Amino acid sequence: MKDFVKLFDEIDSTTSTNEKVEALKDYFKHATPTDSMWTLLLLTGRLSKRTITSRSLSRMFLTQTHYPEWLLEECWDHVGDTAETLSLLAHSLNLCRETSSQTDTSLTAWMEEKIPNLARIKDEEKQSQSLINLWKKLTAQEIFILNKLITGAFRVGVSEKLVIRALSEVYGVPTDQIAHRLSGNLDTGEQAFERVVSQEAVAANFSQPYPFCLAHPWNERSEKNFDPKEWCIEWKYDGIRAQVIRRESHTWIWSRGEEDITETFPELTEIFTHLPEGTVIDGEILVFRNQRISSFQALQKRLGRKKVSEQILKDYPAGFMAYDCLEFNSRDIRQETLKERRKKLEKTVTKIHDSKVLLSPTIDVDTLEELNELRMKARERDAEGLMIKWWAGVYSVGRKTGNWWKYKVDPLTLDAVLLYAQSGTGRRSNLYTDYTFALWNEKKELIPFAKAYSGLDQSEIDELDAWIRRHTKEKFGPVRSVQAEHVFEIGFEGIGSSARHKSGIAVRFPRILRWRKDKKAEDADTLQSAQELLRAVNREE
Amino acid sequence: MDLIRATNEGLYCPVGDFYIDPWRPVANAIITHAHADHAHWGSRQYYSSAKCAPLLQLRLGEDLPLQTYLPSEKFPMGKTWVSFHPAGHILGSSQVRIEYGSHVWVASGDYKRTPDPSCDPFEVVPCDTFISEATFALPVYQWDRGEVTAKKILEWWQQDQERPSLLFCYALGKAQRILAELARLTDRTIYIHGALEAITNIYRHAGVKMLPTASIFDHDKGYSFKGDLILAPPSAHRSPWMKRFKEPQTAFASGWMLVRGTRRRKGYEKGFALSDHADWNELNQTIQETQAQTIFLTHGRTDVLQRYLTEQGKTVRLFQTEYDAHEEAS
Ligand SMILES: [Zn+2]
Ligand SMILES: [Zn+2]
Repeated sequence: MKDFVKLFDEIDSTTSTNEKVEALKDYFKHATPTDSMWTLLLLTGRLSKRTITSRSLSRMFLTQTHYPEWLLEECWDHVGDTAETLSLLAHSLNLCRETSSQTDTSLTAWMEEKIPNLARIKDEEKQSQSLINLWKKLTAQEIFILNKLITGAFRVGVSEKLVIRALSEVYGVPTDQIAHRLSGNLDTGEQAFERVVSQEAVAANFSQPYPFCLAHPWNERSEKNFDPKEWCIEWKYDGIRAQVIRRESHTWIWSRGEEDITETFPELTEIFTHLPEGTVIDGEILVFRNQRISSFQALQKRLGRKKVSEQILKDYPAGFMAYDCLEFNSRDIRQETLKERRKKLEKTVTKIHDSKVLLSPTIDVDTLEELNELRMKARERDAEGLMIKWWAGVYSVGRKTGNWWKYKVDPLTLDAVLLYAQSGTGRRSNLYTDYTFALWNEKKELIPFAKAYSGLDQSEIDELDAWIRRHTKEKFGPVRSVQAEHVFEIGFEGIGSSARHKSGIAVRFPRILRWRKDKKAEDADTLQSAQELLRAVNREE
Repeated sequence: MDLIRATNEGLYCPVGDFYIDPWRPVANAIITHAHADHAHWGSRQYYSSAKCAPLLQLRLGEDLPLQTYLPSEKFPMGKTWVSFHPAGHILGSSQVRIEYGSHVWVASGDYKRTPDPSCDPFEVVPCDTFISEATFALPVYQWDRGEVTAKKILEWWQQDQERPSLLFCYALGKAQRILAELARLTDRTIYIHGALEAITNIYRHAGVKMLPTASIFDHDKGYSFKGDLILAPPSAHRSPWMKRFKEPQTAFASGWMLVRGTRRRKGYEKGFALSDHADWNELNQTIQETQAQTIFLTHGRTDVLQRYLTEQGKTVRLFQTEYDAHEEAS
């Protein structure tokens, strides 16, 4: 604890911020990670838990010394602080050392063993005896610090900012990064400290989204279980799935590809600063124009931009359709039922009062027939189908359970990864325009399932061609294999099983519907989802 | 009978017809020490210890009507015999012993028991009645030995060689004690404020071993005083005099600096608890050792000490005086 006492003394006896930072740096350079963590918690006032009250500490002192109580009170009146008064009296009564002892007990040992052990002693006589025994091994100044730690009243004239600055300079981590890491519930111990000062962007836990809950295509099986009272029906919008996070006075927006798109949608970020602290909502980013929802093509104009111009903001104004709440009052509520989460979502969204953030409407349906009729009206509502969610379901991770179903108007699409490219013929012979797409199998391998030639516009073709040339893995004659990175939504007119194809399925007239820049390769569909689609389609026909 | 009583002029001894440390002009003034609250101008005849004389003359004038005596040398005053005995407070500071028939009273002025290389140690003088100060009469006040504090001062000064170190302290007694205490640890030259020069010279003439000193005007304007220690009186703190030093680190040496809150209120960065008064234990120890049955308290936390001694079975009375309870101003 000597180093900690020295640090306190140095901070306490200078008004220069530079000197304070120097003292802090010197301390953190030499301290163990666990001591550093305790120090960090103490200096930034994150430990206010008092083990023993000032009153009990005084009582212990009186029990051991038989000191007149009035005299202690006179001293307290003069000094104004119990911890200090008692340390000065320990000095006066020779219950301490004049100079520091050779052996040193670490701050961690004090905080994790010695002080808790002292607090645990039930017998008042024994407890006060132990206190005095602890004092006797320390100097008056060390006793002062110990008393402060015991009574949880530790304060010293240093701002959190200076502590962060010192850590930043010692560990070479940007100050705002440390500030972020300090803004949650901090633990004690080596690992906690490692998280604070790590140079890697370790789970910047506050900014991170939860894993997204994904939907399965609606099928026969799910239809059998359909009970209108138990299911929540919503429109399925064709936008960018996103989680909005409001924590520690910061706002983040994450796409399903776990890409931080906060900067891409400044107007939404602005609105979401009004979310209550400790909120995470799930929903869809869309372009809202003239009271309607624009097509995905409009939304694409907003993607992949570092700087968003005024013109773009005006032409393609973004909005948010909120449909789930994952964190409420800083509490992870994903294990609550959709019914409960929906109530909290409503509470949260109604607080925002902005026409750019809407609550996804729920629709009452009494029968399966009504459900199907509703689905056919989706286009009128600028939607691509229905979402069917179980009211009693939790917010599950990935596609694990069948809590969420999607029921598209045009269900014949799959998101696939570009795997091979080949140059075209004729006018396009110098460009790579023929593509092979793949889906994931259970072993996390990409299995080719369709070839497509059309669907991209010229600028997209040029962009993709340039990318293909730079990211070729192998060349087989005119064919190049490329890194698995880009996801495309592939539409087709029929799907059937096929023993001839490695994928086990064959699709008719595949075409590229759009380049899903909002998705990562991992987000593409699986062969399993293709099989589900196959079953769903065959039921319909 | 009361050999001494408090009057408007000061502590008066009727049978000896003299005052001790009177604050108004009187006929006969016996002076315990040269601090301003004890040595006032205007009396007809002054009496002091020999070592106190040069300081009194510096304060009150070269031609001061002054008679001096060696320690323990008895001299008659009226119907009493009076003698000076070292008080350990500052150079020449003395207790005044008054003997009248079988009665012995001792007026101690200001005193301390902590060893101090700049003055003679306190002598315990057995007496019936002891007149004591109570400046630091709270148990929280417990001084470290001078060398412990001196080491802290040295450390503070040495650890910042990039800035001047300004240490503020009272000009008479404290400054010279620091110079004497530090002389055991270093041989560096210390710069002193003008207000300290004459007093320091008197100490040097008296044979007190101190560090060499120099005036800040020994250097031309460009000199930075980086890494130097400068002693100055508290009145110089935040005065134009301080502008001479660029971004100095500042500290104050005084008994009051023991308490963190006081340290912060005074506006110094660092405080060193160094006092020329007795701490709580020294007061009690001294009162015990004199074997006095009756104690008079003059200034300071007389309320606390009175209650405490009364609970120990002592007879304790108070004298209203005009002695400064906040340590001497200069
Ligand atoms: Zn004095
Ligand atoms: Zn005095």
